[in-house]
Amino acid sequence: MLGVMKRIVILGGGTGGTLAANRLRRVYDDREAQIIVVDRDDEHVYQPGLLFVPFGLAGTRGMVRSRRRQLRSGVFFRRAAIDRVDTESDQVHIDDGTVLGYDVLVVATGARLIPEETEGLAGPGWPGDVFTFYTLDGALGLRRALAGFAGGRLVVNVIDMPVKCPVAPLEFCFLADHYFRRRGIRDRVELSYVTPLDGAFTKPVASAELGGLLEAKGIGLVTEFNTSAVQAAGASRLVSYDGREVPFDLAVVVPLHGGAEYVGRSPGLGDELGFIPVNPRTLQAAVKPNVFALGDATDLPASKAGSVAHFEGDVLVGNIRRFLAGQPLAEGFDGHTNCFIETGYGKALLIDFNYDTEPLTGHYPGRFGLPLLRQSRLNHLGKLAFQQFYWHGLLPGRDIPTLTRTRR
Amino acid sequence: MPTVTYAGHDVIVNDEGFFTDPSRWREEMAPEIAKAAGIDELTPRHWQVITFMRDQYRVKGTGPTVRVLGKTSGVGVKELYQLFPRGPAKTAARIAGIPKPRGCI
Repeated sequence: MLGVMKRIVILGGGTGGTLAANRLRRVYDDREAQIIVVDRDDEHVYQPGLLFVPFGLAGTRGMVRSRRRQLRSGVFFRRAAIDRVDTESDQVHIDDGTVLGYDVLVVATGARLIPEETEGLAGPGWPGDVFTFYTLDGALGLRRALAGFAGGRLVVNVIDMPVKCPVAPLEFCFLADHYFRRRGIRDRVELSYVTPLDGAFTKPVASAELGGLLEAKGIGLVTEFNTSAVQAAGASRLVSYDGREVPFDLAVVVPLHGGAEYVGRSPGLGDELGFIPVNPRTLQAAVKPNVFALGDATDLPASKAGSVAHFEGDVLVGNIRRFLAGQPLAEGFDGHTNCFIETGYGKALLIDFNYDTEPLTGHYPGRFGLPLLRQSRLNHLGKLAFQQFYWHGLLPGRDIPTLTRTRR
Repeated sequence: MPTVTYAGHDVIVNDEGFFTDPSRWREEMAPEIAKAAGIDELTPRHWQVITFMRDQYRVKGTGPTVRVLGKTSGVGVKELYQLFPRGPAKTAARIAGIPKPRGCI
């Protein structure tokens, strides 16, 4: 029980902010805490679905829902843009000039795409023969471009890490391979994956597995490619800082990511990329003890993925309770990440790892669960079923089984 | 793991040539490590990056990525590639005697 009513302000009504608000509302009644979620719009996009849109494998209906309606009753939703946070005076400045004081602040404003930081992106050719599937508009534009693509060189390029869902660009490659085969023109399409990393993925075990899949599907892999410019229209090519060039007829680019813009206007809150430095175990921000962050907004060495926000939610809410009760925080978060990786042909892999453990093989969550690090039809169905769970289980803040923790 | 000799000191490096113990690093080792990495002479601009890498490692426990280096070291990404053509973050980390920058996951 808390003596005086506390105010908890949550910035961002996406995956992390929504599940945090709903979990907090369950543990505090209306007299104990006021919970306010601030977001500049009321459109909650189911981001895992974007991958399927370019291939016509998913419609867009139901992919965008009201943010407000994902919040439990008793959570206030404030639709407004954030100007800055003043952590010294515990205040959020809204861009209409109002000031929102807080006892606890939760930063959950995710990651922002910054195409304008790469020469040639966001300029002519964007879109044209250069697309991204990381936004709904981009994914729809790409669907039209793919439908009209009769053959040639298609490159998938991640400009630099970190990006949301780091496996999504690989999944795009796998699905593109299958898509062109279905259309009977795979032999006329040269597919390649161009990455700044030194392999297909960051984690060595998964990297070997995924690299093998690229090879088996005849998808080229270009590594350690740091894109300096994307030239479109006519002489379309990716150019790297070390002078290499990859010509293309159609490019699918994942732009640079950074934190929300207001973070840069909030002294001490974010790092040089606008992400929030937090304690990797407690999720408390480095800037001040009454500030916490979760999801894509943090600087943590964990994937920027909904599953991570989910696993963080439990720890975050527990630690906000401890903080408000004057107790020491629990070092409960272990970096747990799990994600389905679509590999085409109605199959998917499932990987599960944390700060210390490489992706495991075996089954999830128990012996008779989904196969890990192995392609299976069951994992693909799991990925599809996830959309319903997202709206009805994950956002409301229900628990899902954890693997890594029970194995310890 | 291999042992190599820089400036008369034996140090242990991993398979990719990164120091396993950054406290073993001495300034006079840097030119030798640089030579092995294809850089014949370390200019003051090289040193600015190398010193920055070590400072960042001390504070954050990992060296910065190229993108962060370009934003914060005072040397832009294009120039970083001129200074360290085989990959600025990795090469500078090797010369600075710190582990491979973690990058992101």
